[in-house]
Amino acid sequence: MPSLSDMNTDDVTKLADIAAAEQTHDAHVTNVETRPAFFEWLCRMGDTTLILGQRLSEWCGHGPALEEDIALTNTALDLIGHTQLWLGLAGEVENEGRSADQLAFLRDALKFRNVLLVEVPNGDMGVTTMRQFLFDAFHYELLQRLTESTSPRVAEIAAKALKEVSYHVERSTDLVVRLGDGTPESHDRMQQALDILWSYTGDMFVSDGVDATMAEAGIAPSPDTLREAWLARVEDVLDEATLNVPDNASCIPAARPANTRSIWATSCPICSFCSAPIRAPAGSRWRGAV
Amino acid sequence: MYAQNVSTGTQGVRDADELSPEEAAFQARIDGNIKIEPKDWMPAAYRKTLIRQIGQHAHSEIVGQLPEGNWVTRAPTLERKAILLAKVQDEAGHGLYLYCAAETLGISRDELMNKLHSGEMKYSSIFNYPTLTWADMGAVGWLVDGAAIMNQVPLQRTSFGPYARAMVRICKEESFHQRQGYSIMMSMVSGTPAQKEMAQDALNRFWYPALMMFGPSDKDSVHSDQSMAWKIKMNTNDELRQRFVNETVPQAHYLGLTIPDDDLVWNEETGNYDFSQPDWEEFKAVLKGNGPCNRERLGARIKAWEGGEWFRDGLAAYAEKAAKRRVAA
Repeated sequence: MPSLSDMNTDDVTKLADIAAAEQTHDAHVTNVETRPAFFEWLCRMGDTTLILGQRLSEWCGHGPALEEDIALTNTALDLIGHTQLWLGLAGEVENEGRSADQLAFLRDALKFRNVLLVEVPNGDMGVTTMRQFLFDAFHYELLQRLTESTSPRVAEIAAKALKEVSYHVERSTDLVVRLGDGTPESHDRMQQALDILWSYTGDMFVSDGVDATMAEAGIAPSPDTLREAWLARVEDVLDEATLNVPDNASCIPAARPANTRSIWATSCPICSFCSAPIRAPAGSRWRGAV
Repeated sequence: MYAQNVSTGTQGVRDADELSPEEAAFQARIDGNIKIEPKDWMPAAYRKTLIRQIGQHAHSEIVGQLPEGNWVTRAPTLERKAILLAKVQDEAGHGLYLYCAAETLGISRDELMNKLHSGEMKYSSIFNYPTLTWADMGAVGWLVDGAAIMNQVPLQRTSFGPYARAMVRICKEESFHQRQGYSIMMSMVSGTPAQKEMAQDALNRFWYPALMMFGPSDKDSVHSDQSMAWKIKMNTNDELRQRFVNETVPQAHYLGLTIPDDDLVWNEETGNYDFSQPDWEEFKAVLKGNGPCNRERLGARIKAWEGGEWFRDGLAAYAEKAAKRRVAA
């Protein structure tokens, strides 16, 4: 059993402050002109990884095999780590004193800016696995492009995340192929999952004014430019998995109202129930010196 | 500890002159602190007892994911969420090493799972208690992982090689887990009065169930002598329980929390705290399946296993097809 003095770790907030002081200088972070768009875009990134991390966490202890349980929580852990970085930077860009935690837990569900695909409820492991693959393939293309961002801070986060996401996509690809070409039941479940999820994939490539500003500043690529590479990879994998690509016309983006990113606000995995502890009265402490 | 009341299937420890030559040589190796490895000869009862003990330990790790996994989506900060995820992931990893250690004794993971689901094998009584608030994540890490470490540190010297080696890594991680639990308690007791009350309430609810983790009192622990002779149990239940109380009480005082025991007092003469025993009738009821969460916990494991059958079958079928394709190529 560790001794009492061993139990008292260094103050995490102090360590975080030291790390913050060592941040790379980035003119984009303080650029007033692009600030609203940059903040919005960073929230889209952070919300997407947060919601998927949250969804995957729901599997904790309930996976179909122990190895799978570990892999799902590991992926969730990576995504929560990305969220800390994206929303942390969003708070800096916004410059109103909001932390990553405040952005993650204290906004209403309707203010979330994640891509729709990651919100889709877990369903069975077929839906969870297929959702992961379709997203990983997109995430990989996006992060790869972001490593060339004119924002050094964005490029740094992307480079770190890319290492993890390279593994995510390798793993989800492997599972889609195995389950698609496994038993008749696993094949049918994967096809059914694909049919359910396909209509949400188009949303990942919708490009709006925020994206145009980001592209113009060289911070991030316009999402529509990622679709070709994504589709090529997805079609290859689905072919190997003996699954049929649904009709491309059935994508949802055109049907989504302007400025509304979330359609499942009622089943949002960061609902008031999940964030209840942090909504506790001022002065509540959840870590060292907060 | 994560293995309680493990039966050895023997009638007490036999004298040296009652042992067969093989048994005598086996016991001499154990007495000489030489590890027993999977391919070595071992008495059938030693093998059976180890399967029970390691299996129960493994089951405890994976059932133990549930009360904490329940709070991952509701952790109060991103950092706490990440730490808790990593912790629960470690527990699943411990389950994995332990099932592998049990497999070296000739039983498959699937067989062990079936025994868990049928109720033939047990898991630690502690996981049949609910986790009601975020402070319970602190109490579980501090007290439950703390009690587990008490038992598992000596098990690094246990006679069966694969078990002892698995325990080395497990202990390193458990020690970190206990620190994260204590860190949650530290934050809560220095927060609002409501948070401190929540921390005290968690201690009140987990104190006696944590004491039960060491198993029944030595006088009622019928299988201890043989397990200790085989060095698959290194200390008696009461020794470990006393050590746990001695170390935990000052930690509670440091937090400004009160151990829920009016009779707790430092005994100068023995150099130990005197303390009240848990309610052993409650312990027996929980082991029999009548704790507050037994049905829920086992139900969740069975649901995960049955719901995942198509997934496991799909992967196995693909592996078979791929092997055939390789042969044909």
